Amino acid sequence: MATVPATIPIYPAKPGHTGFEYFSTKKDELVGWARKFSLFPYPFVTACCAMEFMAVSSTPYDTDRFGAALPRFSPRQSDLLMVVGTVTHKQAPILLKVYEQMCEPKWVMAFGACATSGGFYQNYAAVAGIDKIIPVDIYVPGCPPRPETVIDAIMKLQERIANDHHPILTGDF
Amino acid sequence: MNSPLPEILPECLAVPSGELLDTVGHLKWESGFDLLLDVTAVDWPGQVPRFEVVYHFYSTSTFRRVRVKVRVEEADPAVDSLVALFGCAHFMERECHDMYGIVFRGNPDLRPILLYEGFVGHPLRKDYPIRAEQPLVRYRK
Amino acid sequence: MDTALPNPIRPAFGPSTEDGAVVVSIGPSHPATHGTIQVIAALDGEKVQRVDVHCGYLHRGFEKECEAHTWHNLIPYVDRLNYCSGLINNFAYCEAVEKLMGVEMTPRCRYLRTLLSEYSRVADHLTCIAASLMELGAMTPFLYLVMIRDYIYEHLAALTGARVTYTYGRIGGLARDLPEGWLARLGEILGQYEMFIARVHGLMDRNRIFIDRTRNIGALTAADAVHWGFTGPILRSTGAPRDLRKDTPYLAYAELDFDVPVGINGDNYDRYYVRMREMDESVYMIRQLMDMLPPGPINVDDRRCTFPDKTLVYSEIESLINHFKLVTDGPKVPAGEVYLAHEAPNGELGFYLVSTGGGTPYKVHVRSPSFVHMGGLPRLLEGYQLADIIPTFGSVNMIGGECDR
Repeated sequence: MATVPATIPIYPAKPGHTGFEYFSTKKDELVGWARKFSLFPYPFVTACCAMEFMAVSSTPYDTDRFGAALPRFSPRQSDLLMVVGTVTHKQAPILLKVYEQMCEPKWVMAFGACATSGGFYQNYAAVAGIDKIIPVDIYVPGCPPRPETVIDAIMKLQERIANDHHPILTGDF
Repeated sequence: MNSPLPEILPECLAVPSGELLDTVGHLKWESGFDLLLDVTAVDWPGQVPRFEVVYHFYSTSTFRRVRVKVRVEEADPAVDSLVALFGCAHFMERECHDMYGIVFRGNPDLRPILLYEGFVGHPLRKDYPIRAEQPLVRYRK
Repeated sequence: MDTALPNPIRPAFGPSTEDGAVVVSIGPSHPATHGTIQVIAALDGEKVQRVDVHCGYLHRGFEKECEAHTWHNLIPYVDRLNYCSGLINNFAYCEAVEKLMGVEMTPRCRYLRTLLSEYSRVADHLTCIAASLMELGAMTPFLYLVMIRDYIYEHLAALTGARVTYTYGRIGGLARDLPEGWLARLGEILGQYEMFIARVHGLMDRNRIFIDRTRNIGALTAADAVHWGFTGPILRSTGAPRDLRKDTPYLAYAELDFDVPVGINGDNYDRYYVRMREMDESVYMIRQLMDMLPPGPINVDDRRCTFPDKTLVYSEIESLINHFKLVTDGPKVPAGEVYLAHEAPNGELGFYLVSTGGGTPYKVHVRSPSFVHMGGLPRLLEGYQLADIIPTFGSVNMIGGECDR
């Protein structure tokens, strides 16, 4: 007969940190709030979705309302990699290089059908979805997606960032 | 054809490979076809010679168009380059070489233009399978 | 990842071959190269000595993909060539197939295609000018022009169902007719266009900084332009009034009254101004066409290419079979070949189609103006400064989908 342990831990106990979880959660909320409203996108623009990216950045669908207006054209200065358009096999090393040059925390948005799954280009030239190369946080369907879809995606990503665990000082806190 | 081109050109001229430069030179200098629009090829796998290199010309003075075709063998798909006559031939011939494997003698630069270094094969040939991907970056999972 | 990533290109020169020049790679992920062009420049200080242009980063296999689809099914692929003016690609392709089939479009379709082509031309020029002005630092005209472009997109979405890639042309006609009130809204948009364009003219035309940055930069002569294959606004900016709509009129252009604006020097400023004037001419043409639209059907009544009416498909067996065959096998196009060119906003957009008599094409080749212009780009960049690469590149209006197909 299997023995039942005397105490069943519900959280890996840390020595001496009784109020740890409370402060950690509050800190995560604060950092999450700050990060979600100051996204610096790197628009890795390749194809037709660029038209909708330009439209969503300007009136009337402004991304500035969400804090995600200023595109930083250097991967070192940005945290949201928006892969806008088809990524071909020739472009794939460049995408991977840009992704690796970004610092943590970073998120990736696959903007459009081609970035999500290759779209209807299932041939020798296009990569069938950028998640074959880099991890993706949010997929935006559409060919090209309407600006409202993009804004919905940004809001969902912001929700995810807000509810996420944000270790800033150590591996846990 | 060795004689001068007829005055009213047919829409399409079939030219043997050796006479291409002379014909195109005549078209440019005498008939006024000063704009090379396009260089492409068609692959007829059942036929011998296999490839048909197609040129389109336009005259900015008389607004006429003409098509010139040259047949080349599969074993030696080489044809003279038009870079000496038309500057735009550089890129167009590179693309044709990339897609079909046609060699343009005289073009100084036949590097891959639409495809990438390390791509093996010529995709627009009929025997290249459409889904044969040659990834440069190793996939994740 | 500690393994080095493979380099997809072989540059024509490196630092060692250019005796001390600094070799800089601009692109292929760069805001001002419109996505996917890599320009490797050898610099002597700020002056560009030698340039190597690499395209192909957006090669999506359009031509191979077309050989695997029916003549109808590949219309969405055609859309995504010059995605700034999607309708012109549709109509050029559909007209080429119609020419091969020997099908003549109805009068209403002809006028409507002309109107929508000019409308697309306005949208494309708006995008080009907005992007190139923003790259020079002028954010305000960008926001003005993109606002008008957004009205155009929403308006076309009311007609076709999509904002950017319309898939509206059909072989033998169009997908659907104009909805109620579409022309009234068109009149409103054209009025707002004129208001905003007047503001952009006021901001840019005599702007000292703009003139300094674009006058005499990237200059070209007409003979040089033809030698390097330039067509469209770039050729017109050199002074040569070559426009397919006037020289070899197609669609309804022979009946319209319009001018062909030309430039003087062939520099960046001229290209900007030619595009601005072309948009005004397009708006004038649209106004004429709004009054000229004849009533009638938009699809030619030819069972070889036009889908039968749905009520007939559900009631008659012949229409059902016709519809079924058109969808599964595709319209049968007789064997032959055709090259048909339209005057796209970038230049001469040509489709070379080869058919062996089936429902799928044997070959579809696009003569894309952007690709040819990339071949002539070194001529425009060499000898100028590094900072001039940006406005010159913007004025050439390279569209990746068209350049690399």
